[in-house]
Amino acid sequence: MSGIVGYGAYVPKYRIKSETIAEVWGEDPDRIKEGLGILEKAVPAIDEDATTLAVEAARIAMKRAGIPRDSIGALYVGSESHPYAVKPTACAVAQALGAVPNLTAADLEFACKAGTAGIQMCMGMVDSKMIHYGMAIGSDTAQGRPGDALEYSAAAGAAAYIIGPNDESMAILEDTLSYTTDTPDFWRRPKADFPSHGGRFTGPPAYFKHVMGAFYGLMQKMDEKVENYDYFVFHQPNAKFPQAVAKQLKIPKEKLADGLIVPIIGNTYSAASPLGLANVLDKAEPGQRIFMVSFGSGAGSDAFSIKVTDKIKNRDRAYPLSKFINEKEYLSYAIYSKLKGNYKGM
Amino acid sequence: MKESIALMWRRLPERYKLIGSACENCKTHYFPPRSICPKCRRKGKISRFEYSGEGKVYSFTEISAGPIGFEHQTPYVIAIIELAEGAKCLGQIVDARLADVKIGDPVEGTFRKIQSDDPEGPIHYGFKFRLKK
Repeated sequence: MSGIVGYGAYVPKYRIKSETIAEVWGEDPDRIKEGLGILEKAVPAIDEDATTLAVEAARIAMKRAGIPRDSIGALYVGSESHPYAVKPTACAVAQALGAVPNLTAADLEFACKAGTAGIQMCMGMVDSKMIHYGMAIGSDTAQGRPGDALEYSAAAGAAAYIIGPNDESMAILEDTLSYTTDTPDFWRRPKADFPSHGGRFTGPPAYFKHVMGAFYGLMQKMDEKVENYDYFVFHQPNAKFPQAVAKQLKIPKEKLADGLIVPIIGNTYSAASPLGLANVLDKAEPGQRIFMVSFGSGAGSDAFSIKVTDKIKNRDRAYPLSKFINEKEYLSYAIYSKLKGNYKGM
Repeated sequence: MKESIALMWRRLPERYKLIGSACENCKTHYFPPRSICPKCRRKGKISRFEYSGEGKVYSFTEISAGPIGFEHQTPYVIAIIELAEGAKCLGQIVDARLADVKIGDPVEGTFRKIQSDDPEGPIHYGFKFRLKK
């Protein structure tokens, strides 16, 4: 059995408020804030992309794990905003970490769940003793078409997890299960600048069906129940969806609160549930259990049952996620548009 | 401001990981790396040395008219950083304005995009610095 040997989380400094975006498009800011439950979102600086965010998170994970950098046997970066169509983000991250050359590396894409898919790949490789440590990263600088509902949510962030043997882990990955179908809820064709989505179709047939499918599947497989877990982390494209899932599953609000950070940073896509998990791990105590379900459009969900060990007490507290969430600077819509490269001729 | 692919690739160690050099004879640290110690000459023994990225602001200024490739980043702060291990290097201070920076402020290394030659060209990444709080 494998577990989390180290983790790192990073969110850019810049934020834009939902009301700032709403003002430009003549929307009612209160309706947006109540409807999506997003107050503000994280925006990458002009010199940040999915690669630089991944490196930031990965370096924190390496510091926390305290393992030799050449001991990483596999490195996967999940993103829907890889800076290159062809040239792996994972290679640049591995080089920046000093983990090259004796490792396997690849980029993954599965909308918002490519980060957790990487965790599963590392679990399999560690469990089979093909590698000792593997790193899975979810990193995105998500795009939303100006004026579209996605513009209020598409944010930026990264989370990195080092997966290794359970006797070295601060949290054991007890089990995992996935639920996958072909569902056209959200997509981006080659050369398209912005994704398209099915509006309300992104709800019941997509997010809810897959999150619930993975949730019930793993709970039944492990013969577990909600009462046996201290924290729940769900993919968070907005605040409304995970809150609705929690309500339906009769999960108390306090068990959802620490893993629900979308209201203050937005939807960080591949990093969304991994960042929620990082926020929980920053606070978790030995013996506590966490249930996480990611979701990626297209569509699929990965569920994980996680148990925190005594080693969590030794975690490096120099770079908690809250440090990056709290250090922020608000942008005007004009500067936000510049940072996003939305002006013609840039 | 195009840079050859080979030059970009050769500089990855110093740009990605702040790898400079140090003379084992006189214990002087250099960045960017030198292949000969100017102090010890033939007696010098140069080896690779990786800096932590920690340091403090030695001097700084703000660029308000950036060169090609940097014109959309203005205004931005560049500084001479006195690295904790002993050498000085020039780098951008990210997420900061001129008024945020003071001589002596502690900084830490960060990894950012430096420039991208053109929409179809390679992206250049490398070290920059962030004020440590």
